[in-house]
Amino acid sequence: MEEKLVVQTADAVEVELSVAGIGSRSYAFLIDWHIRFLLALAWLVLIAVLLGLLSPAEDFFSPLVKAGKVVLYAGLLPAAAIYFLYHPLLEIVMQGRTPGKRMAGIRIVTERALTPDAGALIIRNVFRLVDSLPAFYVLGLVVAMFTARQVRIGDLAAGTLLVYDTGKRSLDFDGVIGASSSRLSPGDRELLDDLLERWRGLDAPLRRGLAEKFLARIGEPVASSGTEAELRKRLRKLRDESRGKPA
Amino acid sequence: MANRPEAALAAWLQGRAAQWQRLSRALAEVSARRRAELPQLKELVSGYRALARDLSLARAAAPDAKLVARLEALLTQAREVIHRRPGNVRDALAGLFRDGAARVAFELRGRIAAVTALFLASAAAGWWLVHSYPELAALFASEQMINSVQRGELWTDGLINIVPSALLSLGIMTNNIVVSLFAFTLGALYGLGTLYIVGMNGLMLGGVFAMTAQHGLAGRLAEFVVAHGIVEISVILLAAAAGVELGEALARPGNRSRAAAFREAVRRAGQLLPVCALFLVGAGLIEGYVSPDPLFTMAQRVAIGVAYWLLLMLVLSGRLWRRPRPHGRSDLTL
Repeated sequence: MEEKLVVQTADAVEVELSVAGIGSRSYAFLIDWHIRFLLALAWLVLIAVLLGLLSPAEDFFSPLVKAGKVVLYAGLLPAAAIYFLYHPLLEIVMQGRTPGKRMAGIRIVTERALTPDAGALIIRNVFRLVDSLPAFYVLGLVVAMFTARQVRIGDLAAGTLLVYDTGKRSLDFDGVIGASSSRLSPGDRELLDDLLERWRGLDAPLRRGLAEKFLARIGEPVASSGTEAELRKRLRKLRDESRGKPA
Repeated sequence: MANRPEAALAAWLQGRAAQWQRLSRALAEVSARRRAELPQLKELVSGYRALARDLSLARAAAPDAKLVARLEALLTQAREVIHRRPGNVRDALAGLFRDGAARVAFELRGRIAAVTALFLASAAAGWWLVHSYPELAALFASEQMINSVQRGELWTDGLINIVPSALLSLGIMTNNIVVSLFAFTLGALYGLGTLYIVGMNGLMLGGVFAMTAQHGLAGRLAEFVVAHGIVEISVILLAAAAGVELGEALARPGNRSRAAAFREAVRRAGQLLPVCALFLVGAGLIEGYVSPDPLFTMAQRVAIGVAYWLLLMLVLSGRLWRRPRPHGRSDLTL
């Protein structure tokens, strides 16, 4: 069953967010892990290449090893910094998101459904130390499986959770409101928008059937609907007209 | 064909749409600049109220409509901007160093005493174990360390010639900060993880000192350790006391839920950690630049160690940066 985070605002309107489960959480983590691992590795390779140019050697990483401890640390430290600061820094800068979370369509919020402050995000990341025990985030995953909102210890400590991200959705009201001169009702306009949005994902006979049904519903001639491309063009034109845009 | 309620809904939407667009634009502006003039803020707040009302109406009229989803998204964004907490990280950190950490250290004094007692007891146990059964030294020290002690040398001898001080400091402070964070976060395992860290560190310290004593090197080890070690151990014990507080909140949450008690304990006890981290940076610098340097005499080392520890105590007493409270000042500002 889908878990919901329901928060009542001061105006007694409920804001409802869908809690992201361990599937989305792990998916986001894996993407992030690959990004930070590759970034750190890229830095090491860059340093190895630079050293290799200075002192050509038989195999790739040997200049890095031979260069002595100072250079070795100077090469390793930024790589380690990329690896370990990736999550806390990006979560603060991107307001509870990371590239991986963005791709998985999730973000971090507080229990009041607001963006967490830097303190909470740092706490959440410090507790990765415990969540990642004994290896591969086993403890964190087990805790997430048994907590109501599927959170790891770090989230429990910071009072945060992961929800599906709706915040950056388009806030364009054109599609849902339409021009005053429009002959389409709000319900019909929504049907039309949905159909055009899902056009590519539908099978050809099905979308044709739906399009013809829609035309019949709004009293447009159906028999002359022509090829599929023409049909789609007609629907688009109808949508543009309903939004008050020049056809 | 549009029926009567649909026509009414359409008319209503037409009337309100401009308001939503305006709110949406105002939000984008305020979010981008992160500051706003009073009239703009007033408009934002009244726009938000009106939006909440419109959303209720839209939900009742057409619960599944896309419009509802968009209004919800707009409401979420507006709520985010309106409820954004004032203040910034710099102020928060300053407040924490000024009196937050001191208050928490005072509240946790019982726990600090308890973990210190545990640490001393396990250090004594480590000493006794290695003193009575010298072969057990292998439990607490690496083979390399044991070999060098058996040759009559400390493993720290000549350290400064092998590793540059800057790197040594960096390595040590990273390691100590990680140990402190472990001592704190492992409190999430009902405090048991924290007690394990304190016990193990005590055993190791006692064991290693006993091993060096058997070869007449304990005095030299003390000379190496004293400048940085007093603060280092104190800070790890502070972090451990904070960790025990987490365990206590989980074990005895009182009349709150376990999760709420845990969260509160993390927020409160966690205030000690930035102070701990800062002092570990200093301890790392001392351990990299002073401790391995044979030019420093024992007296200088003791002076540095004790002075640094007194500085820590001064910060934790809250007297270092405390501002005099202005009389009659109110926290309420408009």
